[in-house]
Amino acid sequence: MAAIKIVLKLFVTLAAFLPENADNFTINEGTTVEMVMKDLNIPLDAVKLIFVNGKKHDSTYVLKHGDRLGLFPPVGGG
Amino acid sequence: MGIGEQRYERNFETLTPKEQSRLASAHVSVLGLGGLGGGVCEMLARTGVGHLTLIDGDVFEASNLNRQLLCTEALVGTPKARAAEDRIRAVNSQVTVTPVAAYADKTNLYDMIKESDLVVDCLDSIHARFMLQDAAGKAQIPVVAGAIAGVSGQVTVFFPEDKGYDLIYGARDKLPARGIESRTGNISYCALLVAAIQASESIKVLLGRGDVLRNKLLIMELWSNTFEVMDLA
Repeated sequence: MAAIKIVLKLFVTLAAFLPENADNFTINEGTTVEMVMKDLNIPLDAVKLIFVNGKKHDSTYVLKHGDRLGLFPPVGGG
Repeated sequence: MGIGEQRYERNFETLTPKEQSRLASAHVSVLGLGGLGGGVCEMLARTGVGHLTLIDGDVFEASNLNRQLLCTEALVGTPKARAAEDRIRAVNSQVTVTPVAAYADKTNLYDMIKESDLVVDCLDSIHARFMLQDAAGKAQIPVVAGAIAGVSGQVTVFFPEDKGYDLIYGARDKLPARGIESRTGNISYCALLVAAIQASESIKVLLGRGDVLRNKLLIMELWSNTFEVMDLA
């Protein structure tokens, strides 16, 4: 299976799960957002918003080479 | 020249006299007068929004001093709505202030905001935010929503026909009571930055001018200087 590169951004408390080379992160072709989260041990319920290339998606999205993936936890403070 | 003539001099020509006059006849409710709301109500009053309904049932605590603009050491123990009223009257006596020193709930929130043209969500609970979405939908008014955690923040705008918080927080039956801010706390400059964006979006909605964050989410994170507008729809 071919390897592809994505840019991974993890915000707020999720930054604790940030891997090395997050700006040039290698995954296998066909990898979904959920698979990335599992690989990085990010609890699925810790993520409220998934953005790929500036657009909201769900965890079943299949990542493509060059995608910018951003994960946000629930933010509700005032 | 007195205060009356000079007050809005520096708003021109960013705003037109017609827009200034439109703001003077606008009525905005600010729900929550903490880190976000304290900044929002002052900025709206200084810009010239003519009527502000300021809603919060809470009193100031010492832990509010790190970020809440309205909170001073002398005001610890004082109702936030009263402090906000005093501050706005001191800054702009032309603004009509309706303070509401009561907690909003499902039974009273609609009545609190129904006369407004717009409501600014400065709440600190995700459940309460959905309650506001329902009340604003019933009142047929738009919501300018801000939320913060640590040095991260987000702002969006939604109208009664929009999905609003469902797009941001997901299914209501799976909501956490609090967001991640229960772990990160909130830092003053992030609160005021988000409050400033909320004030800006409010003025744009009231004037029908500029690009509004409708069905979009502006996210920001200050350690990395991330500022991005995301498509929610």
